[in-house]
Amino acid sequence: MNPSEVAPRSKPLDIDRLLDDRSVRVLVCCGSGGVGKTTTAAALALRAADRGRHVVVLTIDPAKRLAQSLGLTQLDNDPKPVAGVEGTGSLDAMMLDMKRTFDEFVEANADSARAQTILDNPFYQSLSSSFAGTQEYMAMEKLGQLRARADAESSWDLIVVDTPPSRSALDFLDAPRRLGSFLDGRFIRILAAPAKAGGRAYFKVISAGFGMFTGVLSKLIGGQVLVDVQTFVASVDTLFGGFRQRADETFAMLQAADTAFVVIAAPERDALREASYFVDRLEADDMPLAGLVLNRVASTSLPDLDAATATSAAARLEQGARASVTAAVLRIHAERVATLARQRRLAERFTSAHRGVPVATVPALAGDVVDLVGLRTVGDAMAVTI
Amino acid sequence: MPSEPDAVARDWPGVRLHVVSGKGGTGKTTVAAALALALAQGGHKVLVAEVEGRQGLAQIFDVPPLPYAERRVAVAPGGGEVFALAIDPEEALVEYLEMFYNLKRAGSALRKMGAIDFATTIAPGVRDVLLTGKCKEAVRRKGPDGKPVYDAVVMDAPPTGRIARFLNVNTEVAGLARTGPIRGQADAVMEVIASRLTAVHLVTLLEEMPVQETADGVSDLRAAGLPVGGIVVNQVRRPLLSTTSQTKARRGRLDLEAMAADLEKVGVTTAGGWLAGSHGALSTSEVVTALAAEAADHAERIDLESRERDDIEALGRPTYELPFLAEGVDVAAIYELADLLRSQGMA
Repeated sequence: MNPSEVAPRSKPLDIDRLLDDRSVRVLVCCGSGGVGKTTTAAALALRAADRGRHVVVLTIDPAKRLAQSLGLTQLDNDPKPVAGVEGTGSLDAMMLDMKRTFDEFVEANADSARAQTILDNPFYQSLSSSFAGTQEYMAMEKLGQLRARADAESSWDLIVVDTPPSRSALDFLDAPRRLGSFLDGRFIRILAAPAKAGGRAYFKVISAGFGMFTGVLSKLIGGQVLVDVQTFVASVDTLFGGFRQRADETFAMLQAADTAFVVIAAPERDALREASYFVDRLEADDMPLAGLVLNRVASTSLPDLDAATATSAAARLEQGARASVTAAVLRIHAERVATLARQRRLAERFTSAHRGVPVATVPALAGDVVDLVGLRTVGDAMAVTI
Repeated sequence: MPSEPDAVARDWPGVRLHVVSGKGGTGKTTVAAALALALAQGGHKVLVAEVEGRQGLAQIFDVPPLPYAERRVAVAPGGGEVFALAIDPEEALVEYLEMFYNLKRAGSALRKMGAIDFATTIAPGVRDVLLTGKCKEAVRRKGPDGKPVYDAVVMDAPPTGRIARFLNVNTEVAGLARTGPIRGQADAVMEVIASRLTAVHLVTLLEEMPVQETADGVSDLRAAGLPVGGIVVNQVRRPLLSTTSQTKARRGRLDLEAMAADLEKVGVTTAGGWLAGSHGALSTSEVVTALAAEAADHAERIDLESRERDDIEALGRPTYELPFLAEGVDVAAIYELADLLRSQGMA
């Protein structure tokens, strides 16, 4: 049985056709944490490069040995070439440095004195290093930068993006907007108002409720924080014309026809549920979904020997005095077939709810993927689904 | 009747707050649920709380989504009870404001203005103080008899990569609130979290990434002065081959002829040399080759796992193992896992 038979009723996802389609310029890999997202992104990028494309892959948090195999030894905000690509294509790789991306974004958009004021602001420092959603926002910011550079230099013709390891796949789509609307929101504006000329009149309208709250807030988190926030918002606002607009632009880029989303899941209940939410969401937001990659799928080349038969045969062999190797081997097979059956049930739930979504499967590999050879094995496996 | 609260966990005497963290995909919510059930056995009352708004506990215990209220979700053997709670930072803030400022009615007005959202997102520190603060409150809560309401509290915490920062609320709010109630709350939280009342357990799989993150997590926790608990190795595969056969399987040196003879003896294959019931589609030698290849895969996986296990042992923490369940995790499986944790001394 092929691994693809875990999802027998779905359309196969033609990976090579996707990677060869030159009208696709951005490939976004998303899914919940722990499903092999980074590895899949790297495998797709390498396969596209091996097939002649000029690719840059933006990884978020790769495993150490995988990072090393891509020549990434530290967080590095600039793509570096990966040696070992076959043929005429090329592959560059980078690891996102969230704080540095934010700092660079500030430096590029403000004169040096004002940039320094922002960089020194305690609220900015907290925001840029630990705000929930900053990583997602900066991944999108970096994607925008890479895209602009690719267009200006005619360098890369495909950008593959890994998404941050959030528990919920949807965080990736929502976080930039949430951060954008938070920074651009009514409340923060009101807070910032006193720091701006003409803010007073607006401030008055807000009435007593607001005064009470800023009072409580000052007590809760300290008045200095409010002052820091006010200073930060005032200096940022005049410079970039609003974070929300920026987030909206990114969102629009993700809706463009030259973007394709690949949703990644493992055949586990939680991962498939997240994948399901994500697929619905992409449809609702008109985002172009290429298909689902199902990782770590059990497989057997002996589907005709079912688990019950194998188990009872093993039990009979074990009645002998000596430990039976054959019995052990039969039990290994039975476990594999049982896992496969469970995965099939889970996958069927997904495919029956999303009949139009093409699926590619990658069998569970015995070892970890730590080098280009391993990435090529993954790439080959995705492509043979057809 | 609840017995002495510190009698709950065998390996963790005196621990009242069990924080369970782990890399995404390692099954930390499953382990948190199983640990709560294990701790409840023998008549204890245990609360399991989730802090990430995912309703993972409701799914595991097969109950409707949890509100911001403690609900009984399971009964443990011997009369124990497990309650579950999904802590929502906004609700926790409103509750907090009510308690300290009598601002009940203002809550919805503030929410409309985006102020609650603002206060809980302005700095992760404030949100984390609210989440950990609620767990601390449950640990400290006393009934009319003056005894703790819960014998133990289990927190299904954020992933390993963020756990030290999440728990170390003191440092997180240091730059924000130098005085005032949030500061006071942070100090009260640290009194519980950085003490012998707490143990931070990490869940891992026998794979490179999760093991690496576990090692990083242990050193992060130590650096922050937080109490490192045990390590739960989840989804462990049973080694089905003996050590000798394991090596042979990996090297492709299993005795295929002996296997063929065995298979025929128990009727898996026919005397004619075919897989029984395959109507002549699969020969015995094809069957044997396929089985040997699966055995080789299994052997390689087990070898890899034992290398990862060495890395875990090097961390020098109490370690508990839970099996890979081919059938997946349902409520019955949680009871099974709870028994396993108990028999290994975690509870």
